[in-house]
Amino acid sequence: MTANIRKIVTFLEETRSEMGRTVEPPTRRAAAVAVIENPCAGKYVDDLSELMAIGEELGGLLTERAVSALGVSTALVESYGKAAAVGENGELEHAAAILHPKLGAPVRKFLGTGLALIPSSKKRGGLGVVLDIPLGHKDAAFVRSHFDGMEVRISDAPRANEIMVAIAVTDSGRPNPRVGGLTKDQIKGEDGLR
Amino acid sequence: MPEVKIRKKVITVEEIFHEGGPPAAKPLRRAAALVVIHNPFAGGYVQDIAPFMDDLKPLGLQMARELVAALGGPGNVEAYGKGAIVGAGGELEHGALWHAPGGYGMREVLGDAKAIVASTKKIGGPGTRLDVPITHINASYVRSHFDAMEVGLADAPRADEIVLALIMTTGARIHARVGGLKAAEIKGEDGLR
Repeated sequence: MTANIRKIVTFLEETRSEMGRTVEPPTRRAAAVAVIENPCAGKYVDDLSELMAIGEELGGLLTERAVSALGVSTALVESYGKAAAVGENGELEHAAAILHPKLGAPVRKFLGTGLALIPSSKKRGGLGVVLDIPLGHKDAAFVRSHFDGMEVRISDAPRANEIMVAIAVTDSGRPNPRVGGLTKDQIKGEDGLR
Repeated sequence: MPEVKIRKKVITVEEIFHEGGPPAAKPLRRAAALVVIHNPFAGGYVQDIAPFMDDLKPLGLQMARELVAALGGPGNVEAYGKGAIVGAGGELEHGALWHAPGGYGMREVLGDAKAIVASTKKIGGPGTRLDVPITHINASYVRSHFDAMEVGLADAPRADEIVLALIMTTGARIHARVGGLKAAEIKGEDGLR
């Protein structure tokens, strides 16, 4: 199965200052979003394996695009997240079929690591719906400086029979983090949590 | 540290019967508690903000109790999430203050919840919507419970406010059928599986 992709949009954010204080080095996050046709739109389909295969394909493609937008080597990627928005003729479970069974493996393969769960969100919405992609450290979910989220929006998607699929990556945590918790230098890297 | 000044609270409960497929025997309920507080750090850079986490603990606990009540008791709660929207006068890091007290409040009320609480945050103006990620309370990898709920208020956050959100739900997505770890298969050792 090959996804019928209408468009791919990439976003790169670089924060250089917060509240008048310089962020050094700047924090950067990037997202790649594909707008695809939903092959299960408009009807109840019991077997969603077609969407699962699309998830596998997009996992590799969108990670490559997002890391490329970030402009760093994969070794410098620190956190990640994924999300999907289903158009009005689809169901939430279509987003789940893309995101959860098969999308993660190619993401981790591309990055070379990824012990932690890839945080995710999903919703149904119309054109221009706002999608918040949760972010967490790729090797230790409890790294508090990297708990974050990135908003993406495409004004002409998703149409009723489309799905927006998003992957976000960063090379940093939040700007000027200072609320304590586990830090990235304390990662043990055994269980994906700490 | 400054006291927590609350302007308004919202509790939203969604009851989902079906999404085009066979109606579930037990409808899924998702409840969100939103509280709009004054951001005591808005308008300038404040280095030492971490003590405010302790001030927020009673609020986290109270919101968690209200969610449990809205869903009919702690035994009905299977998944959770949290989030924050910081008004234009604040910074993302102010939203991060919610991680510890929000998580603490829900764990306290739910007993022995083992999984990390999924979260997200953003800066935004009044009417900003936030997709709060949701996962199973005892095992992050339970696939049927990966979910999210969109929340927001038309008149918040103002520039010097923060919207704090906690979410609890009673179960899996309404037509969950994409496999993966099931709630019935949770080992309950590490919060993951």
